[in-house]
Formats: sequence, structure tokens, C-alpha cells
Amino acid sequence: MLSFILRRLGLAFFLLFVISLISFFIVTLTPGSPYPWGEMNPKISPELKEAFRKKFHLDRPLPVQYCLMLHDLFTGKLRSMKDELPVLRKILDRLPASLRLNITAMLFSLSCGTLLGIYGARHAGHWHDLLSSFLAFLLIALPSFWISYLVVIGLVKHVGIPILGTQSYGIDFPNEFSRWLDQTWHLMLPALILSLGALAIQSRYLRASMIETLREHYILTAQAKGLSSSAIFYKHALRNSLRPLITGIGMLLPSLISGTVIIESIFAYPGMGQLGYQAVLERDYPMLVALNFIVAALVLIGNFISDLLYAVVDPRVRLE
Amino acid sequence: MEQKKDYYQDALLKNHGKSLCYHFFRNPVALIALIIVLFLALVAAAVSILSYYGIEWPMNPNETHLNARLLPPGLEHWIGTDHLGRDVFSRMLHGTSISMTVGFTAVAVSLSIGVSIGSVAGYCGGKLDQILMRSVDALLCFPTFFLILTAVALLGPSLINIIVVIGLISWTGTARLVRAEFLTLRETEYVYAARILGQRWWKLIIKHMLPNAAAVILITAILGIPEAILAEAGLSFLGFGVQPPQATWGNIIADGKNYFLDAWWLIFFPGLAILITALSFYLLGDALREVTE
Repeated sequence: MLSFILRRLGLAFFLLFVISLISFFIVTLTPGSPYPWGEMNPKISPELKEAFRKKFHLDRPLPVQYCLMLHDLFTGKLRSMKDELPVLRKILDRLPASLRLNITAMLFSLSCGTLLGIYGARHAGHWHDLLSSFLAFLLIALPSFWISYLVVIGLVKHVGIPILGTQSYGIDFPNEFSRWLDQTWHLMLPALILSLGALAIQSRYLRASMIETLREHYILTAQAKGLSSSAIFYKHALRNSLRPLITGIGMLLPSLISGTVIIESIFAYPGMGQLGYQAVLERDYPMLVALNFIVAALVLIGNFISDLLYAVVDPRVRLE
Repeated sequence: MEQKKDYYQDALLKNHGKSLCYHFFRNPVALIALIIVLFLALVAAAVSILSYYGIEWPMNPNETHLNARLLPPGLEHWIGTDHLGRDVFSRMLHGTSISMTVGFTAVAVSLSIGVSIGSVAGYCGGKLDQILMRSVDALLCFPTFFLILTAVALLGPSLINIIVVIGLISWTGTARLVRAEFLTLRETEYVYAARILGQRWWKLIIKHMLPNAAAVILITAILGIPEAILAEAGLSFLGFGVQPPQATWGNIIADGKNYFLDAWWLIFFPGLAILITALSFYLLGDALREVTE
């Protein structure tokens, strides 16, 4: 097990290096001016421009820039080009809200996705299965911004329920519980919409893996022993099909974080997605590098943990 | 002998193709999806050709009528007008060709990268395979849409940039699948035979292995198209898609979101078009996969 962990750790560090390269060069190699005031602004003197270039190391060659940026990132000195606040602090400010949204969405998609997948596999080939497959593809194909707007129109215009932001403003909450309730309500809708696509993908994975498991010989054995079909299904087949679900969790995270860029801007939810969109609008290079890098690194950590879990559940993996 | 064998194989192949078609066309969902996809492709082509000859049907998508702003769906404007009095139906027709162009060409870009990297990694194996696949793993850690958004925003949003960026970033899935397929194909007898006969590796990949991986490649391509269409719609929605006045489904919604409490049709119909298009491609791809398995 130890050698497995060490090998995986080495791989993770290599991947981290590649991730840092990609996130740095995708931002710096794209043509276009890095200056917040535009390339040809006549009001900016050459001295000012030079000072700006020096401050953000733009006068150095690219490899040096890369090293300096990594160094600054890890020491927390990397500053946003827009307001010169430390990038790390801006991201950490948004992290709790973002985590709350993403974890809620992940719980939704795991639980409902599992249920939908089980339902599909249980009725494989039947019209129930066709319907659940259709539903899954409908959810994958659903543009999240479209459904968000339809829901907002429906709720705000016709029902009059406030849903934007993290909590209702201008209300004095009588106690902590009602404030918590209000915040939870505000969290639910974006989380639910965010989870839809991942939910559908999860259900497809589970359905495929269950149908494959049901073809195994030990299922035949269980049938021959005379076990009831539901016992075979839920005790033997389901348990053995849950393994791909663990790796599925690692794959879910990036798609969820991608989704937050759109969802957060619609629901005015102050998370990392909105920070990213803001940085894109302002062409804030250090912010973009840091965001891409940190998010990818988070996903990498998630994958690492799911790999370890996988090895705990299935000892065969350790030998690979 | 030689001729007889060929004939036999031909007959087998023909039957195989026939049975595939038979299974495919027996599935009503797949059939409807196919019809919708063909219809959309036809609409996209017709609109492009007609507007090339200066015929705008039913109306000019960019003609503004400020006295007919935000009209609800009716007889004259089938699905209403937007905030500048432009006919939304005409704009959606033009959006169809943009979406189809982005879908097909972005997939062509990602397919060519994914197939070449996947096939080389799967065929060669060893160190090269390790390096290529670990790079794919690294790329998979990134939130795809945010990476696309970053690159498109920095490059400047234009049709070409969007296509290239989507293609350059979304080839990882294809590469993985093609590699997995090649790992199994590599061990087949005809590949051994071809190698023993002295076939060069690139010729072996192109002539013998790729045709046998065609089903997998076709299916990933069809499943990649809706992803590209959805990505373009998302970019347009955030203001980094194909720029106005060129109409796309995404930027009709983006324009309409400022009036969403009064003009629901500006959001509802383009979104529905995106949904139906993406859904048809997904169902078509899934049906094909089921048939070939």
C-alpha cells in the first residue's frame, strides 16, 4: 500500500507541474495586451507603463516570469493586476461560499444520480429504462443558463420568492435558525441546477457498470442458490458496481466548477466562479493563472483521494 | 481462392452493415433524433446559401424596427421580436448555421488532435504512451468551460477563435477512447501479420487500425458535437461568443436576459432550440453506440 501511495504521490507532483505549465502558458501565450488600460491609451506615459511591467515582471523572459509567478503564488505575494490585492486572499474569501455550493451540488448529483442509475439498471431494456435514459440525456443537454432563467422568471415573477444572492436582505431575522433556513433556501436552487448535468452523467456511469456486473458469474451463482432478485440486485450487484462511482467523484468536480461560472453570475452568488468571470472581463492575468491553477490542483487532490479510496476498496488496484 | 475469400468477406460485411441499419432504424428515438439532426443541417445550409444570394427569409435578421420592439409571438413575428425590433425567428434560423458550424468544425479539430495522439499513444505504448496520457490527465483536471472561457476571452471572441479553442481543449476524451481501442487492436492477428510483412507504423495505423476504430471515433464525434454547441452557447451567453450583430442562439438569450421579466420568448425559444439540438445529437450517438456494441 505504501509503495502505491508513493507512486501516486509522485505522479500527482508531476501532474501539478504540467498543470502549472498549462495554466501559465494558456494565459501568457495568448496575444493581446495585459495592461488594464489597453495598449494604445495616450494618457499613459511610457514611464508608468515601464513601472507596471516591472511590477508584474512583464519585462522578464517567459521562463523567468513563470518561475517568479509560481514563487509569488506559493508565498502569497501574487497580486491582482486590477486592485493589487493578494490573489490568494481574494480566492480564499470566496472559497467557503464556493465549497458550500459545490458540495451541495455534488451531494445532489451523487444521490439522485445513483437513484436514477439504479432505476435504469433495474428495468434494463424495459420502457422504464428508456424513459430514465431519455431523462438523463435531457439533463445533460439542458443549457444551465436557460433553465436558470426559466426558474427565476417562474419564481420571481409569478410566485414572488426572493432567490438571488446568498440571503435575503432588508429582513431582520428573529433567530439564527431562520437566517440559516433563508441561506439554505438561497443555496438550494443554484446547487440543484448546477447538479443536473453531473447527476445525469453519474446515472449513466452507474447504469452501465451495474448492467456489466449483472452479467458476472457470481450473479448467476446467486440466482442458482435461489436468492430473491432484489437481494441479488441490491446486495451483490450494487455493491460491486459502486467502485466506478468513486472515480466518478473525481471527474465530477471540474464539470461542477465550470458550471459555477454561469450559475453564479445568474444567481448573484459570490463564489469563485464569479471571481473567475470578473477576472476574465478585466483581463487580470495573475488572477486567471492562479484560479486555473488552484482549481486544477483542487481537482488533482480530489482525484488523489479517490484513487486512495479506490485502492482501499479494491486491493487489485494497488498492484497496477 | 483469393477471389472467393474476398467475396465471402464482402458478403459478411454487407450483412453486418445491413443488420446494423436494421437495429438502428428499429429504434424510434434514434430515428427521430436522426431526422432532427438532418433537418437542422439542412436549415443551416439553406440559410447560408439563401443569405449568400441576398434572400432573407422570412425577414432580415438584422433589420431593426424600433416601433415593433419586444413584440410577443404572433402571426407576423412567429416568435416575437427583440429589444431592437428584430425578428427572433429569422435570427434563430441564422443562429442554426453558427451552431452547426461550431459543432462540426470544433469536433473536427478536436477529433484530429485526439485521434492522432490517442492512436500513437495506444500503438507505440511505453514511455511515449505514459507521457501523452499523463498530459491528458493533467488537462482533465481543468474545468473545461472555464479554460475555454479564459482562452477565448484573451484571444478575442471570433468564430475562428472559438472553434479552435474548443477543439484544442476538448480532445482529451477522444484521445483516451482511441488509445483504449488501439491497445486492444494492437494485439489482434491482422496487426501482427501486417507488422511481420514489414508495414511501416504510420501506414499500419492509418490503413489497418483506424478503419477498425471507426465506430468508436464516429460515436465520440457525434457525442462531441452537442458539447461544442453547448460550450458556444455558454460563451455567447457570457458575452464571449460570436459577436453581434451576427445572431447565435446564445447571444439572443444574452440580449434577452435584460428583458427577461417582460419578454420570456427571447429566452425560451433559443434555449429550446439548443436543448433539442443537443438532445438529438446525444440520443443519436447513444443509439449508434448501442447498435455497434
